[in-house]
Amino acid sequence: MSAVGTAPAAPLSDGSWQYRGLNALNPGLDHLSDGLLDLVDAGVPVIAGTADLQYSNGLVKFARTHPDRFLQFGISEQNMVSAAAGLATTGASPFVATFASFLALLCCEQIRMDVAYTKLPVRLIGHHTGISLGFYGTSHHATEDISTMRAIAGLTVVSPADGPQLRAAIRASASWPEPIYFRISRGRDPQVYDPEVEFEFGRGVEHSQGTDVTIIACGTQVHPALEAADALRAEGLSVGVVDMSTIKPLDEDLVRAVSARSAVVVTVEEHNVLGGLGAAVAEVMAETPTGSRLVRHGIRDEYSLIAPPTHLYAHYRLDAPGIAAVVREALA
Amino acid sequence: MPSATTLLPDRPRADDDTLADRAAFVRTETIRLIELAKVGHYSSVFSAAEIFAALYYGVMRTDPTDPGWQDRDRFLMGKGHAAVGLFPILADLGYFPSDVLDGYTRLGSPLGDHPDMTKVPGIDFSSGSIGHALSNGLGMALGGRMAGRDFSVFVMLGDGEMQEGQVWEAALAGAHHRLGKLVAIVDRNGFQLDGSVDDVVGIEPLADKWQAFGWEVHEVDGHDAGAVRDLLLALAERPAEAAPSCVIARTRKGKGVRYMEEEPGWHLGYLTPADAAAAVAEIRAGLSGTGARA
Repeated sequence: MSAVGTAPAAPLSDGSWQYRGLNALNPGLDHLSDGLLDLVDAGVPVIAGTADLQYSNGLVKFARTHPDRFLQFGISEQNMVSAAAGLATTGASPFVATFASFLALLCCEQIRMDVAYTKLPVRLIGHHTGISLGFYGTSHHATEDISTMRAIAGLTVVSPADGPQLRAAIRASASWPEPIYFRISRGRDPQVYDPEVEFEFGRGVEHSQGTDVTIIACGTQVHPALEAADALRAEGLSVGVVDMSTIKPLDEDLVRAVSARSAVVVTVEEHNVLGGLGAAVAEVMAETPTGSRLVRHGIRDEYSLIAPPTHLYAHYRLDAPGIAAVVREALA
Repeated sequence: MPSATTLLPDRPRADDDTLADRAAFVRTETIRLIELAKVGHYSSVFSAAEIFAALYYGVMRTDPTDPGWQDRDRFLMGKGHAAVGLFPILADLGYFPSDVLDGYTRLGSPLGDHPDMTKVPGIDFSSGSIGHALSNGLGMALGGRMAGRDFSVFVMLGDGEMQEGQVWEAALAGAHHRLGKLVAIVDRNGFQLDGSVDDVVGIEPLADKWQAFGWEVHEVDGHDAGAVRDLLLALAERPAEAAPSCVIARTRKGKGVRYMEEEPGWHLGYLTPADAAAAVAEIRAGLSGTGARA
């Protein structure tokens, strides 16, 4: 056997690469950190924490800017959530981040008892939502987080569509008294909004109005929904699009308005249709019937497949062509 | 920087007789309140009565007129089902009128089987779900240090609670962050709902485990209130950046009432008024006197 380390390592050939997230700042992932830096600049006593994922969620920029305001919890998500609640009792404004699947499911009870029941202003950042982790597999897919977090009394659930809206939502959280679950995707999502966008908790964003159909989407599904609407309009349809960026408290007035205006409402989410955005909209439409029909589009009570994310979005018809096809079927 | 550290009041440091009297008060009030509820955790309170008394009358800086005072020492109960023993102390210290105790568990009462920070002044954190409290206390100790405050955080844990994985997540983190102001107190009464801890899922060697996790470990007779007070007073003065401390308090489940001591599986129960009166008489006479579990 040859001795290890006796010869210099051969240089890597072209095409090899070190995973870009590790040990490096990735400007594409800075929205979360930038939002927190905005808050610090505004005087909010932010303490940010993560469970061994600072490169994945982009908190590394915040950690390097304010190391005295950053806590590394290691792979102990439940401990992190409970500790965040303790931190909040000392006057700090804690933001803790990990994969949405682990935060919303593994820590569901800690969120319920230590954060929501105690009414502490903890901000929970669940990132890599839905099927965005692709081939990492079902353990890493978060298709139940809306339903679990929505069921917890006193917890606000927000699903920003892109980085600028996330940053704006984090800024707006300074004046929001309730604990918040932020459902964010990979941080490299197609941009929907200008950097100057504002965010208002509890208000949906109405991009367009339509009489044939209104698509209500959240999170990563807003961008393809807007693209699908353009394609459908080119076919002569009247299509509205709503970004329901706050899932709870739901903008019920807006749901009633679009369901009164449109023949069909289609909800779109990278989440199980049971308990998610579509279910929240259905509850409102059932209690205030307007005659319009609802189609819930998302993952239909199954565990998602393994594939690169783009393949998964296509397979589940959660890309623009897929959403357009679902709408056409709904109108047929 | 906060200047509050120079303005803090002295620690209460009650003498041994006072602590013994207050521990007996905890037990008799617990019997009275559980009589109102018709069921409760007598023996879990009785094992912890001297620890409660030592903390609130001997060690902790608190201000009952200002329960949210940010420089106060904190107390959290992982074994939240012993809250019925804490409520009488909080009323005694003036956090709320004593007649609130009389409504224990009635519809709309702030007082139930577990402590609730949203309803009861003086409760530093809610509990009920076993295994969270050390993490909650970890966050408080981190937050206090980051804010330049000098308070200590005492977290009482049941010995059965050691079976929860999250406790050990918090133990790792407490040592990693060198939280000298964080003190875990294990009420080592040896029993949980389904039987003895050794039989359910054993936790020994407990001191070695905490030590291996990087904590400074102390053992004490949990019914020697003066010894508990002196130890906790010393630990409260630890530097903010030091190993956190674990106190393994050897106690007897049901301490103070002989048939509960002799039947330590008596985790949850109800005494008829006649038996309750006899138990109160026994506690007042100090008849048991058997000390901590061997």
